[in-house]
Amino acid sequence: MIRVSGRAWKYGDDVSTDLIMPGKYKFKTIDPSELAKHAMEGIDPEFSKKVREGDIVVAGWNFGCGSSREQAPLALKHAGVGAIIAKSFARIFFRNSINVGLPIVESQNVFDETDEGDILEVDLDEGLVRNLSKNKSFAVKPLPGFLLRILQDGGLVEHFKKRGKFEWG
Amino acid sequence: MGKTIVEKILSRASGRDVNADDIVVAEVDAAMAHDGTAPLAIEAFREMGGKKVWDPNRIILVIDHIAPSASEGTSSLHVMMREFSREQGIKLYDVGSGICHQLMLEGSHVRPGAVVVGADSHTCTYGAVGAFSTGIGSTEMAAVFISGRLWFRVPRTLKFYIEGRLPDFVTPKDIILYILGKVGADGANYRAIEFGGPVVEQMGVSGRMTLCNMVVEMGAKAGIVEPDEKTSAYFREDFGVEVGAMRSDDDAAYEDVLKFDVSGLEPQIACPSSVDNVKPISEVEGVEVDQIFLGSCTNGRLEDLRQAAEILRGAEVKDGVRVLIVPASRRVYLQALKEGLIEVFLRAGCTVCNPGCGPCPGGHMGVLAPGEVCLSTSNRNFVGRMGSTKAKIYLASPLTAAASAITGRITDPRDFG
Repeated sequence: MIRVSGRAWKYGDDVSTDLIMPGKYKFKTIDPSELAKHAMEGIDPEFSKKVREGDIVVAGWNFGCGSSREQAPLALKHAGVGAIIAKSFARIFFRNSINVGLPIVESQNVFDETDEGDILEVDLDEGLVRNLSKNKSFAVKPLPGFLLRILQDGGLVEHFKKRGKFEWG
Repeated sequence: MGKTIVEKILSRASGRDVNADDIVVAEVDAAMAHDGTAPLAIEAFREMGGKKVWDPNRIILVIDHIAPSASEGTSSLHVMMREFSREQGIKLYDVGSGICHQLMLEGSHVRPGAVVVGADSHTCTYGAVGAFSTGIGSTEMAAVFISGRLWFRVPRTLKFYIEGRLPDFVTPKDIILYILGKVGADGANYRAIEFGGPVVEQMGVSGRMTLCNMVVEMGAKAGIVEPDEKTSAYFREDFGVEVGAMRSDDDAAYEDVLKFDVSGLEPQIACPSSVDNVKPISEVEGVEVDQIFLGSCTNGRLEDLRQAAEILRGAEVKDGVRVLIVPASRRVYLQALKEGLIEVFLRAGCTVCNPGCGPCPGGHMGVLAPGEVCLSTSNRNFVGRMGSTKAKIYLASPLTAAASAITGRITDPRDFG
């Protein structure tokens, strides 16, 4: 069961993994709490101090483009981000988010009808995003079942530990 | 309905008849990770209880991104990779060997028709020899270490047909930048791009690598060129290996076919700060630069160095401009040395660094200060990519880089023709 709620942080199109997790940090450590201090630093150096547990990143097209670095979704997750909603995701970032257990939602409507600071609630099982500040609901495209199960288990490592095999056999 | 080459490869690797949009589980022929991604993969492998990798001969580790290390933290991650490689009997290319993507081909780890995954977004480069190769993350690389298999959604294929006569001083890099400008930074999201047409047929493997390398900058999952006589000659001459040709069916179901005519194409520049902000050089000429980087998995090969040396022979780098030249591999470096190219660069006032990724990932070796401008032959000009978020990066061909080194401004290489 995946339900997350928090404040919306809004960003534009083509947010690259270089902005989410600058190269100068990711080669020095794999400690998620260290990486988390620099989450989104390329756009907002204060992000990791301002974000609260469960907050939701809302972005435009092609979120997470560029480098394959899994440190990007990992840093967001450990900074407290509860979910990412974007008009579209770059494909490696999409896979990485699921594998580190960070819920993601692809939706154009949510972006268009959300202002920064709105309180959102994401329910992945129901395939629903609610904007509690504006009292609106959006049905969103469900993830394929096997990816949803990986997310429900908390990511690919936990998934494998729990089931002893990969979802895809 | 026939199949594209990507559908054929994934049908073979998954053991069933597949088409675009199917989700398949494919056997992986080779898997690569480097110092930016392997440490997380090794940690995930251990957390999953991994003891022995599925096949040590199919895994390749490379230390190239920060090589040699510039900090204690990085050094410790490198040690972690060396220990894992020894423990598992995995081939490790250590500091100074070169860039992972160059080594995957030079080291004969890739064959036409293979499925190759790499924990690096530019893994798409090996489509140049007709492999299906794509970037993945660290944790799923750990899953590959354990099982040798991974899920893929079979991508729809876009055919990019490149025709016309490529003008002098205009290179594969200019072609791919031009295409990027037209298609956009997410214009091929989740797709495979199959390059074809007379211009690609005449292009060698090095130029095809430059094309395939940058497909990820359009969001694509893979770039691919049908292996042909040029591919066969490459494998025969470099490795003494015979490989066959392989083609998409004539009635293959492409999602779209786009034609690009390169006759009359100018050298192209990707301007700050997105890869698809591409302009012909005539609109950008004259911009002053502080640093020039010639290298990377896009353009650090022998052909690139030869082109740059033609322009820099007997010339002098403009005072106040730093020109960093980073051969893509030790083998490229040695051959450049034999051909006298390194001497040309040093005499001109360039700095030749050890093989590796160089300044491209922004971790060491030429990190940009706020306000600085860099002209680079690499593949990304994102904000903060090579250092300060207030630096600016322009992307261009090795010829444009060499011409600009002499003037200190973005310069049309045709001026030196």
